[in-house]
Amino acid sequence: MKVLLSTTVNGEQVQEAVLPRTSLADFLREDLGLTGTHLGCEMGACGACLVLMDGVPVHACLVLAVQAEGSTIETIEGLNETGAAADLQAHFHDRNALQCGFCTNGMLMSAQALLEANPVPTRDEIRDALSGNYCRCTGYEAIVDAIDTTARDRAARTEAAK
Amino acid sequence: MKLPSFEYLRARSLAEAWALHSDAGGDAVYLSGGHSVVPSMALRLQAPSRLIDISQIAELHGVELQDQTLRIGAMTRHAEVLANPLIARHAPLLSRAAPHVAHPAIRNRGTIGGNLALADPASEFPAAVLAMRAELEVMGPEGQRMIAADDFFLDLYETALIPGEVLTAIHVPLPPEGRLFGFDEIARRRGDYAMVGVAAQADMSDGVVSDASVTLFSVGVAPTRATAAQDALEGAPLSSDSIARAQAALATDLDPPDDPGFPAERRLQLARVLLGRVLTRMEAVQ
Ligand SMILES: Cc1cc2nc3c(=O)[nH]c(=O)nc-3n(C[C@H](O)[C@H](O)[C@H](O)COP(=O)(O)OP(=O)(O)OC[C@H]3O[C@@H](n4cnc5c(N)ncnc54)[C@H](O)[C@@H]3O)c2cc1C
Ligand code: FES
Ligand code: FES
Repeated sequence: MKVLLSTTVNGEQVQEAVLPRTSLADFLREDLGLTGTHLGCEMGACGACLVLMDGVPVHACLVLAVQAEGSTIETIEGLNETGAAADLQAHFHDRNALQCGFCTNGMLMSAQALLEANPVPTRDEIRDALSGNYCRCTGYEAIVDAIDTTARDRAARTEAAK
Repeated sequence: MKLPSFEYLRARSLAEAWALHSDAGGDAVYLSGGHSVVPSMALRLQAPSRLIDISQIAELHGVELQDQTLRIGAMTRHAEVLANPLIARHAPLLSRAAPHVAHPAIRNRGTIGGNLALADPASEFPAAVLAMRAELEVMGPEGQRMIAADDFFLDLYETALIPGEVLTAIHVPLPPEGRLFGFDEIARRRGDYAMVGVAAQADMSDGVVSDASVTLFSVGVAPTRATAAQDALEGAPLSSDSIARAQAALATDLDPPDDPGFPAERRLQLARVLLGRVLTRMEAVQ
C-alpha cells in the first residue's frame, strides 16, 4: 500500500504517494526526475547516491523514501541551482578530478559536507571523508587535490573578507 | 538490488510498537537507522512483511547524565556518538570506536541501538559496551529489564532481546578519575569491518591494575571478554611483562574461526599484536 510522503527537495515542498519499498534514490530519480543522484551498488558501499538530508550526507539507496518524511533533501541539482559548490565543481574540472563522472555527484556531496564541518582539512582528513566513495577512474589523487585547493581558496577568501 | 514489498508503519510510542509487532505474528522487524535492515532486504537475506519505524519514540532519544550512569538513547546516531562531549567524557570507548564504524555518511544514519541489537561480531560498539560493563535498558510489554552487556550478546547476531522487546538505551557506569582506556582495530581500509579489534579499560591503584576489562571483536561469533588476559593484568603494574602475559593468555581466551583465507592462527596473532599495542598505549598515558 502506498504511503503519503511530504518532504522538501531542493527548496520545494513535495507531496507524493510512494510504495514503502521505494528508496529515496529511486524516488528522486524516477518520481521527481532528478537523475543526478546515481545508483551503483544499492547497498551502501559505493557512495554514488549521496544526497544531503537535513544538511548531512546520507546514502539515498539506504534511506527509504518514507523515512524522508518531514525532512529537507538537497541533491546535486539543488547544489547546482544555488551555486553553493560552484567553486568545488570548477576545481574538479580544472584538476581533471572526474573522467566518466559516475562518482562525482557523491564525491561533491562528501566534500561539501566535509568543508562545512572542517573548513581546512588535512589530506588525510579528506581521504577519510571520502572513505565511502568509490571512484573507478581517477585514482583519487586528483579528487583530493581539487578538494584541498577549494578548501585553501575558500579560507583565503574568508581571510580577505575580514 | 531493489527491496521486496513490505508494509511500513510508524510507531509513536513503545506501546504502539509492541502492538504492531505482536499483531504481525513474528513477521515484523523494527527499523531504526535502517542501515542494516535495508541492505539486508536488498540482498534478500530477509523479507519481513512489516517494518515498524521506531525512530520517533521519545524514550529512545537523548544522551543524559543520571545518578550513577550516562544514559545513551538507542536512537543516538553514530555521528552523535562521535561528537557528543558527555560521551567523550564518560564513555570514551564509544567515542574512540565511532571513527572506525563504517563511513561518514553511514554514521549519519546508523544508530547505536540498531548496531547493538544487530550484534554483528565484527562490530565495534558491542565490544566497547562490553568493555565498559554497561547495562542495556530494554522495554517490552512485560515491563523494563536491565541486562548486563556480559549477558546480552549471546551468539552470532543473537542477543538476549525477546522478540517484540525494544532496546531503549545504554547505561554506562560513570568511570572513576584516572581510568585508562584503549581501543583499536585492524582493518584493510578505514571504515571497513575489522579483521580484529580490541577495547580495554583498567583502573590503577597503588601502581597496580585493579580492575582490568578486556574485550575483543571479530574473533568469533560474538564480542568476547578475554578473562585470562584480564587475570594476567590484575594486581600487577602495567608493564611490558604483564602485557606480554596478557598477550600470551589470549590463546586461552580466543578460539577464532578457521577460514581458508584467514586461518585461526593468523587472527590470533593479529589479536596478540593489537592487544599489545593498545595496552602499551595505556601504559604510556598512565
Ligand atoms: C556499507 C556499510 C558499512 C558498515 N560498516 C560498519 C562497520 O564498520 N562497523 C559497524 O559496527 N557497523 C557497520 N555498518 C552497520 C551500521 O553501523 C548499521 O547502521 C548498524 O549496525 C545498524 O544500525 P541501524 O540503526 O541502521 O539499525 P537498523 O538497520 O534499523 O536495525 C538493525 C537490526 O536491529 C533491530 N533494531 C534496531 N533498533 C532496535 C531497537 N532499538 N530495539 C530492538 N531492536 C532494534 C532491527 O529490527 C534490525 O534487526 C555498516 C553498514 C553499511 C551499509
Ligand atoms: S548506490 Fe548507494 S552506496 Fe552505492
Ligand atoms: S570518474 Fe568515473 S568513477 Fe569516478
